[in-house]
Amino acid sequence: MSQIPSELKYVSTHEWIRTEDDGTVTIGITDHAQELLGDVVYVEVPEEETSLASGEEAGVVESVKAASDIYSPLSGDVVEVNTALADAPELVNQDPYGAGWIFRLRPTDPDELEDLMDAEAYAELCEEEE
Amino acid sequence: MSEQNLLKTPLFALHVELGAKMVPFAGYEMPVQYPMGVKKEHEHTREAAGLFDVSHMGQLKLHGPQAASLLEQLVPVDIQDLPLGKQRYALFTNDQGGILDDLMVANFGDHLFVVVNAACKDQDIAHLRSHIGEQATIEVLDDRALLAIQGPKAAEVMARINPELARMVFMDAGVYELLGIECMVSRSGYTGEDGYEISVPAADAERFSRELLKHEEVAFIGLGARDSLRLESGLCLYGHDIDTTTSPVEASLLWAISKSRRQDGERAGGFPGAATILEQIRTKEVSRKRVGLKGEGRAPVREGTELVDADGKVIGQVTSGTFGPTAQVPVAMGYVATEYAAVGSEVFAMVRGKPLKMTVAAMPFVPQRYYRG
Repeated sequence: MSQIPSELKYVSTHEWIRTEDDGTVTIGITDHAQELLGDVVYVEVPEEETSLASGEEAGVVESVKAASDIYSPLSGDVVEVNTALADAPELVNQDPYGAGWIFRLRPTDPDELEDLMDAEAYAELCEEEE
Repeated sequence: MSEQNLLKTPLFALHVELGAKMVPFAGYEMPVQYPMGVKKEHEHTREAAGLFDVSHMGQLKLHGPQAASLLEQLVPVDIQDLPLGKQRYALFTNDQGGILDDLMVANFGDHLFVVVNAACKDQDIAHLRSHIGEQATIEVLDDRALLAIQGPKAAEVMARINPELARMVFMDAGVYELLGIECMVSRSGYTGEDGYEISVPAADAERFSRELLKHEEVAFIGLGARDSLRLESGLCLYGHDIDTTTSPVEASLLWAISKSRRQDGERAGGFPGAATILEQIRTKEVSRKRVGLKGEGRAPVREGTELVDADGKVIGQVTSGTFGPTAQVPVAMGYVATEYAAVGSEVFAMVRGKPLKMTVAAMPFVPQRYYRG
């Protein structure tokens, strides 16, 4: 069973969202998503300072098996990307909720935060997809 | 094909027991990976010994005094002079000079032992029957499993089981007793590593595999790693890198066409598509060639990706591609317009709308480590 930390929020496209103290949000892909993908060999992160709409393509995670798009779970401006993934894409497998984070956004529509799933709802979604 | 119709190899239950992820492949339910994961399985094979279930492949025996000369009517390869106890790579060609399948042929003395691709085997058997079935006996060995043990520790492991195997060199083939089972063994494989392919009666396959797994160097490896291993080694996958529309010359498989079957050879021509293929060899004029491609960075360039020149003009297409776990760069093969086929040529792969620079590179991408004595 994959890990679904209770302090995070989720979307149905298998990204997780953590709200930071400064109001920005950190985004990555879930443990469940990395398990499905298998060994990650490449991560394309968004460019800093770009504006993304909720649901817009933000990057790509490529595993030995397939390429999978990363979608921005919220509208906002990209304030930081995880440059460590360029040389160590396997961090997405090893530590999806920590060192394997993908990008940080400054949300432009805080109301959207209300629409995110909590851990329980996301766990149900994963079970349904099994 | 629906899942109910999928065939199972004699090792199906063992794969499931070992936690393999099973997927449909060429009409069979096959292990694509085990809990170790594709990347580690790849590395394990390069460092120790990987065990592969390739029982989905077609195993045939051709009997009859004329078997070799008859098979020669279907392949541009010297079969008549294939020495006893030797194996050779061959291609079934079609009348247009395309490739129907690639195969391995071994001379076992009183018969030829032939291994063909799973996805092509029914068609290959029909092809053999219709062309040479009246003069040669085609025996389909559907009661045998096929295992491959590959990697730098494969020989050491197999020598513990039967020391005679250590005396075989690359592409030797013969019948050996292993763990009390009569096996057809060749020193060959599809990973670029030293190793063996072993044909075992279906009823003994599970016991045989379990015995091999007792050696700490040995682990089962799935189709996922098999694909990245063969690609790094520059070996074609039928249906992807070669097919009915690619001639052996376009596919850069000239080495597989025996001298004796070429123009001015002792038995020149006499195989389907010979006129086209021999003309391509003579004039060296083909419009495209299969090449190896090395990328930069880490983004894999996958099958189907368009290749363009510096001006954005389409000049080819990728037929296989991945990030090479051993090569540590994106590796691919594909077809490019002949003027871009020279090693060192720069081309661009269009990945998600962006041109990624790739360089035409010599294959294999990772040195082959066959044992030649």
